Amino acid sequence: MLAEMIQRLFERSLDDKAQAQARDGIWNQALWTEIEEMGLPLALLSEEQGGFGLSAAEQGEALRLLGRLAVPLPVAETMAANRLLANAGLPLAEGPAGLARADDLVIDGGRIKGRVDRVAWGENLDCLALAVGATLYRVPRSGWSLAESGTALNFQPRPSLAIDWAADASAALPYSPLAEGATMRAFQIAGALEATLDLTLEHTATRIQFGKPLQKNQVVQHELAKLAGELACATAAADLAAEALDRGDLMGVAAGSLRAREAAGNGAAIATQMHGAIGFTREHPLHLFTTSLWTWRDEFGGQVMWAKMLGKAALEAGEDGYWPMVTTL
Amino acid sequence: MTAIPFPAPPADSDEVLALRREFRAFLDTHLGHRSPRQRSDNWYGFSREFSRAMGQAGYLGMTWPKQYGGHERSAFERYVIVEESLAYGAPVGAHWIADRQSGPSILKFGTDEQKETILPDIAAGQLAFGIGMSEPDSGSDLAATRTKAVRDGDVYRVTGTKVWTSFAHEADYVILFCRTSGTPADRHQGTSQLLVNLKDTPGLTILPIIDLAGQHHFNEMHFEDAVVPAKNLLGAEGDGWNQVMSELAFERSGPERFLSSIELMYQMLAMLKGREDEAALATIGRLTAQLAVLRRLSRSVAAMLQEKQNAGLQAAIVKDVGAVWEQTLPDFARQLIDAEPDPRTQAAYAGVLANIVHNAPSWSLRGGTREILRGIIARGLGTR
Ligand SMILES: Cc1cc2nc3c(=O)[nH]c(=O)nc-3n(C[C@H](O)[C@H](O)[C@H](O)COP(=O)(O)OP(=O)(O)OC[C@H]3O[C@@H](n4cnc5c(N)ncnc54)[C@H](O)[C@@H]3O)c2cc1C
Repeated sequence: MLAEMIQRLFERSLDDKAQAQARDGIWNQALWTEIEEMGLPLALLSEEQGGFGLSAAEQGEALRLLGRLAVPLPVAETMAANRLLANAGLPLAEGPAGLARADDLVIDGGRIKGRVDRVAWGENLDCLALAVGATLYRVPRSGWSLAESGTALNFQPRPSLAIDWAADASAALPYSPLAEGATMRAFQIAGALEATLDLTLEHTATRIQFGKPLQKNQVVQHELAKLAGELACATAAADLAAEALDRGDLMGVAAGSLRAREAAGNGAAIATQMHGAIGFTREHPLHLFTTSLWTWRDEFGGQVMWAKMLGKAALEAGEDGYWPMVTTL
Repeated sequence: MTAIPFPAPPADSDEVLALRREFRAFLDTHLGHRSPRQRSDNWYGFSREFSRAMGQAGYLGMTWPKQYGGHERSAFERYVIVEESLAYGAPVGAHWIADRQSGPSILKFGTDEQKETILPDIAAGQLAFGIGMSEPDSGSDLAATRTKAVRDGDVYRVTGTKVWTSFAHEADYVILFCRTSGTPADRHQGTSQLLVNLKDTPGLTILPIIDLAGQHHFNEMHFEDAVVPAKNLLGAEGDGWNQVMSELAFERSGPERFLSSIELMYQMLAMLKGREDEAALATIGRLTAQLAVLRRLSRSVAAMLQEKQNAGLQAAIVKDVGAVWEQTLPDFARQLIDAEPDPRTQAAYAGVLANIVHNAPSWSLRGGTREILRGIIARGLGTR
């Protein structure tokens, strides 16, 4: 149901022009208003928290769709930030929101100062769910200015923010914003890979070379099979991460997030190759997905950070404890 | 939507968790003494004693009807037994094929008499099976089978050669895929399956084929006017192609498609103990993430089997992605640890690595090659 609404909204309002504007860093307030009217920012909240009480599967589907449609606004971030804020007992965002962790901020006489790196659409947000150590702060827009502009591989803004704010809304951190963000990105990656596979199937069915569709060549078929394998892995990885997040198991989040990050790169490479030159342009929609896959796989903690965390746990489990550990992930 | 759906597997129930604990204790009791090198043989290990113990404890024929010696348990409970067996490097050769594919084929296509006489013995761990599909001129192209069975009163007279038959020299039966009418040009038409008793078939000669690791695990089977009772026909005469495809679907659906080299992972962890460097931690982390996701996909296949859905396509994906994981593990090991593998050493790491390097190439051949699987997946995506 929600999925259909999301699909309809973005098919109607998200055209090439809107995508181009987003690449220029221009905030699409009209579209954001529609998103809010639909209640999407609350989609991950339980009914008691004021949300829709969606099942885990429906939540995952909503997040995947945002990837599948290459939505160029921080909708997933706002959904995730609101869940974190709600779980911490803090007020929800009143507009677009972000979530971040920054442990080197200085807290001095009740004021928080320092820099938060690369926040999606950071200058256009209403608030930031910011974790410092074991505390979650709800920083309003007045609490930061631009420290340095930045751009993601999909050309959407990733400004770094200079925080200077008299902390007045904080709570104990329920769980890491990196885990929440990495899980959300895993779903978006899976969604973008769905679109990527669809586009690649369509292209290889309609593009004729040597008198037959590309897809009639066995090498092309095998690349499509590999792409389907990456998609299957990314989808399972996102579900695995979400279930782990729900139980508060950081290692499961690490495992799911890592495999989705890997699938993003593997899948984008296959799809671009199978498209030929047209896949390397802005004329064909494939780039919306490949550039987003390359963006999302490096955010909310990097691959090395998550891999080291999981690797350390595996080494600590040792040769006898390894398999039992794997069966809990 | 072109995506091939993998339904979310249910969380482990209390029964499943209890079964896992119980079975791990069983493995410790029966196999605790085995060395890493022995464990790394995985499903090439063949032990009648162990398979009988499995049967006695109720771990074989898990999902089959009680009427035939089965235990009417869920596909998930069977999944636990199968994956824990492999993760432990249990010598499963004397029951693996029968429990995984021959038994289910007999349950699906067999006569009452075949079910009543054979299935209880498989479930008891007393009857080992082999797979009689491949021939010298019929590998990936299974429909090119030449082995011919001609009906002669109460018997079939069988002539032809099967190759690569794992455990034919040890097992009790194979399900033989052969031609009962026409010629190889007829392809899928005119093929059938026969239950062949390996211990008591006049005209059958079994000769060893030594693999590159120097082991005798697979064989050639020569049938020269060999006599097989007509009542050993499995299913319908002429319906062999559909039946053998169904048998292959059973073969491809399990988690053995990514755990073949798991002992090497354990030995890597033992060697890396105390290492804190980025390369070691990050590599092990990534491998673990890949493994966890493969397991989840495989449990999705179990969920589909439990719901009696056709999981052929999903199983092909798991096998394809899984074989890459198990085959590339030695490469990762070699990036992290310098060691010269030695097939005769007692040293755990060098011995296990040798065994895995020797055997890894076979994992993307057996049960359908990588290329054939990718063709199946591509067809599932609608490309052919
Ligand atoms: C360890 C092991 C155990 C085995 N146990 C058994 C057993 O118990 N019983 C049994 O019946 N068989 C068994 N096999 C045989 C196995 O099923 C075959 O090896 C497999 O089906 C491939 O057949 P082939 O070896 O004749 O190779 P071929 O079919 O000749 O293939 C050679 C290569 O060409 C590729 N190829 C073939 N056709 C195509 C195509 N159309 N498109 C693209 N590429 C293609 C293959 O993928 C492969 O890479 C076993 C094999 C191994 C390695």
